[in-house]
Amino acid sequence: MLIMSKVKVILLTGRTIDQGVSKEHGKLSKEYQEKVAICEVDSSDLKNLTVIKGLNIKVITRFGSVVVKAIKSSRGSHPGIAYMPYGLWANIVVDPHTHGIGMPSFKGIPAELEAAPSENVTPIPVLLEETFRKKPQ
Amino acid sequence: MKELLIKNGFVYDPLNKIDGETMDIAVRDGKIVEEVKKGKTIDASGMVVMPGGVDIHSHIAGAKVNSGRLLRPEDHYKDVELKTVLTRSGVGYSIPSTFTTGYRYSRMGWTTVMEPAMPPLKAKHTHEELNDTPMVDKGAYPLLGSNWFVLEYLRAKMYGECAAFVAWMMNATKGYAIKLVNPGGLEAWGFGRNVRDIDDPVPNFDITPREIIQGLCKVNQILNLPHTIHVHINNLGKPGNYVTTLETMRCVENLATDNKPIMHLTHCQFSAFAGEDWRTFKSASEEIAEYVNSHSHVTLDMGQIVFTNTTTMTADGPFQFTLYQITGNKWVNNDVETETSSGIVPFQYKRKNYVHATQWTIGLELALQIKDPWKILLTTDHPNAGPFTAYPKVITWLMSRKARDDVMKKVNKKTRRKAPLSAIDREYSLYEIAIATRAGQAKALGLESKGHLGVGADADISVYNLDPKKTNLADNPEAITKAFKKAAYTIKDGEIVVRDGEVVNSVNGRTYWVKVETQANLFEIEPELKRAFEKYYTVKYENYLVPQNFSAHQTPVTAKARIKS
Amino acid sequence: MTLVKNVTCPICGTLCDDLEVEVEENSIVDVRNACAIGEAKFLNFTDPKHRNLKPLVRKGGELTEVSLDEAVERSAQILAHAQYPILYGWSCTSCQAIRVGIELAEEVGGVIDNTSTVCHGPSILSIQSVGIPTCTLGQVRHRADLVVYWASDPYSAHPRHIERYTSFSDGRFQESEWEHYVTRLRGVLGKKRLSRASARISMREVSIPPIADPKLPPEFETEKRKLIVVDVRKTRSAEIADFFIQVEPNRDFELLQALRLLVKDEELEVDKVAGVPVDLLEEFADILISCNFGIFFFGVGLTMSSGKHRNIDAAIALTKDLNYRTKFAIMPMRGHFNVAGANIVSTWQTGYPFAVDFSHGYPRYNPGETSAVDILQRDESDASLIIASDPVSNFPRNAAQNLVKNPMITIDPVVSPTTMMADVVIPSAFVGIEVEGTAYRMDCVPLPMKKIVEPPKICLPDEEILRRILLQVRQIRQTGGKA
Ligand code: SF4
Ligand SMILES: [Zn+2]
Repeated sequence: MLIMSKVKVILLTGRTIDQGVSKEHGKLSKEYQEKVAICEVDSSDLKNLTVIKGLNIKVITRFGSVVVKAIKSSRGSHPGIAYMPYGLWANIVVDPHTHGIGMPSFKGIPAELEAAPSENVTPIPVLLEETFRKKPQ
Repeated sequence: MKELLIKNGFVYDPLNKIDGETMDIAVRDGKIVEEVKKGKTIDASGMVVMPGGVDIHSHIAGAKVNSGRLLRPEDHYKDVELKTVLTRSGVGYSIPSTFTTGYRYSRMGWTTVMEPAMPPLKAKHTHEELNDTPMVDKGAYPLLGSNWFVLEYLRAKMYGECAAFVAWMMNATKGYAIKLVNPGGLEAWGFGRNVRDIDDPVPNFDITPREIIQGLCKVNQILNLPHTIHVHINNLGKPGNYVTTLETMRCVENLATDNKPIMHLTHCQFSAFAGEDWRTFKSASEEIAEYVNSHSHVTLDMGQIVFTNTTTMTADGPFQFTLYQITGNKWVNNDVETETSSGIVPFQYKRKNYVHATQWTIGLELALQIKDPWKILLTTDHPNAGPFTAYPKVITWLMSRKARDDVMKKVNKKTRRKAPLSAIDREYSLYEIAIATRAGQAKALGLESKGHLGVGADADISVYNLDPKKTNLADNPEAITKAFKKAAYTIKDGEIVVRDGEVVNSVNGRTYWVKVETQANLFEIEPELKRAFEKYYTVKYENYLVPQNFSAHQTPVTAKARIKS
Repeated sequence: MTLVKNVTCPICGTLCDDLEVEVEENSIVDVRNACAIGEAKFLNFTDPKHRNLKPLVRKGGELTEVSLDEAVERSAQILAHAQYPILYGWSCTSCQAIRVGIELAEEVGGVIDNTSTVCHGPSILSIQSVGIPTCTLGQVRHRADLVVYWASDPYSAHPRHIERYTSFSDGRFQESEWEHYVTRLRGVLGKKRLSRASARISMREVSIPPIADPKLPPEFETEKRKLIVVDVRKTRSAEIADFFIQVEPNRDFELLQALRLLVKDEELEVDKVAGVPVDLLEEFADILISCNFGIFFFGVGLTMSSGKHRNIDAAIALTKDLNYRTKFAIMPMRGHFNVAGANIVSTWQTGYPFAVDFSHGYPRYNPGETSAVDILQRDESDASLIIASDPVSNFPRNAAQNLVKNPMITIDPVVSPTTMMADVVIPSAFVGIEVEGTAYRMDCVPLPMKKIVEPPKICLPDEEILRRILLQVRQIRQTGGKA
């Protein structure tokens, strides 16, 4: 039996050019999900997760968890840092506290990664219905 | 046809030499007329009637003012205006939001206000704000004293081309007058430097402030613009700067013709400092007044200090940096490519501070020692020396020695001992106040239909609840302040807009700009300009221009240029 | 076919105004000069798959097509009867629309907040406490011999920023470093990669092997116009830079404070600060002091990580200190094309840049209390109007849940998670493509947005939609609740 190991990381969220471009194809497009429902992970961390790139992982913070596709971080080596583009998926796991100034913490959140090869990325309409219990358009 | 009759007021209309006579003023369709038959009547008996107030220099709109608003929430918290059925809400003491600015001017009886520092690249911003400033007519002066095109044309002594460029600029920015701030110094500030005096060449440009001032003065004459060049001197706010002020006035002396003003030197209080440093700092109002009394080519405005917490903001980046160094307060600097800079520092003028108290005396000394009230106009360089809402106070100080003495008792002792003000008895009459706040301002601006109540003038009128026959005003300063704070009536273009200091009718007001008319082809320089433009700016030529009717109520005033083809 | 020139791109705060758009029979067939994101916008915006083309109102739990009048009427009813509505978005529309939005917020006694509340809000708070020395982008182009991007990745978020305004632009006193960059690439990568590098603008992959030791490269000295990137990870921008300094996450504040000490000629008693060797930091401080004109561009990397506005305080303080030694400026990299405009219009009309509460009859401002996320997290609002933005995707989940729970009106040209969850959807026209207006670049320079093609009939300009709602709200309030 495979033992799922967890890796501790600092989670950053932010803009990517792919997200910017794919957004212009619509947030319901396949492109968008492919470019945004992802998490960039350092190759050494990926190894520890026993996950190969392109497979799904679960990102867990104390605010929530979400399944996204694992991408090998292409630039530099940043063990211990994981990166997700802004969007509905990332927002499930970011720190909602504004510390009195109106601004949640979108960057630098302690998180855990875990391999989730058999779980799927939830598409936006399903995610919306699950989160809000209201019927999306 | 809409008519209105203002009956039996004491009328002060200096441009028509009317000094407190009891008269009726008739209004039809927004203009002053000989007489009216029907319509509404205002009984102004026992009240003062004047042309609507005009302000030649007040920072009310645009990028810099708005950065000031953003910088100072603490300025706004305690000074709020509620929304009413007629008016929009707002906030702000020294830098009120746009709607509030318009209402407050109108409540005091002012009907025309000029924004004196518009960075051309951000002209659209200024106009968007002016468009949201109700109740008053407006205009804005593009900043040209460190503009690369201007510096280059003037360096090459190409006055005709420079004039064409300035004409283009007035059209491009929908501007009203040529503004110079620390001429040349703002370009130097682009690399953190400054110029020392009017003969210190501008780094990288090989031209002196003197040449810039003279050049733009010539350009102004060529273009025949309604207002003169409007100058904020080099070295503003520095001890000993009165020398620069005298040199600045002198440097255009021989350009003057027919005793007409060719330069307006603004907020002169900040430019009449003697002494070597802040310790030996003292008033140079006598030196300035003496010069102005014997020359007729300049007009000035006061820039009168009020003791309060205000926000300083000028295009003079290096000056604002100095203020930041002195005060340690928060500081905004914003340099604008190819054109200008700007800075903002909150400031508290304190009675007990020798320098501040002396500054307070300097402004009044200038106004009281310069004999001809047409030469020195009332301003606070809002909000630099104090907010415009302090005008009633300033009027009172000018009109009442008693009021001045009351303040004098409370200011710094050294100031009290040294200031020439202590020895000055002069008190302004209402007639002189009408010059300093209306007639003189409109005349200096070349706004022919403003500042007077003659037939054909715009029916911009203020009525104050003040009876100079019954009350000795100089002995009753509170009565003066009270009356000017809340106009009994403000009439804008023939409509009653304020009654008893409250807005009863919200109107928009125009934005004036100068359209230069000429025989010559002004736009000969355009291809050249377009070529250089791409290199000088990060925006496209076409996108730089403020289009016709960009904001509502844009009103061109024509200037007939004397450019030969 | 017509070629429309000098088009301003309605996407990011770089607000490029040199786009050229080819139009054929009211449709855009080509666009020049735009980056990949801009191009994708102009070529895809009409795609009916993600365009809102029907006014919708939620009936019996389902969004149902209605007439525009009905959608407007329903919106007015929601707002007129709400106790404390939030009007949110505003950074992707014109200043003309924002003006009406503020009037509407004032009329209904609600809160108007714009997206800066969740991006550069902390930067604004910081400016309000210490000020800011800044400039327009042309000053940078003409004068800057040192450009530092701090926690910002222009390559990804503002793709043409470097080319138009900083290191690869040509100025009066500064030449473009493009040539140098290409030469360096030639050395590092050989000719094969050169062509790919020159396609930088079209956003194809450019990659230089990572710099192994944190040391200044030898050619750094000869660089006339230096480009430095400071970030927690090696971004694409970092790869273009002359030098990249990697800071540990959440420790920018320490690094900035350390630099302040060094700039004031004080010694540091440690070997490393925030993961950066002190030797290197000393060199960095020297570079900062010895430039003729330097600038920090900082991104939301600083505002969103721990410390938030205190990070910006430190960055601005460092910039102020540097002005005693040389000329230095600092500028936030504003995201949406008119987020600066949203702050600007709000400030001139209300005195405050965002999070403005009209519930007392005058503008009130207290971010943390009157800001959208906080109001939602306290569950105080009872309705919302969202314009041209997607808070359902972008707000933390608990805030988004409270938003969705109450009646929500959306005005948006495109389908988004927010419009999908809305109770009223009003389709609108694209500002800068189908409607004109004004927008403000990240350095607060106003630019005209063009109308290039006609919008679909049902898609009105935001300004007009808002005016219609405002008018109806006034009618409802005058008649005491009945329209
Ligand atoms: S950089 Fe920004 S504004 Fe310029 S073309 Fe790209 S998306 Fe548009
Ligand atoms: Zn001024």
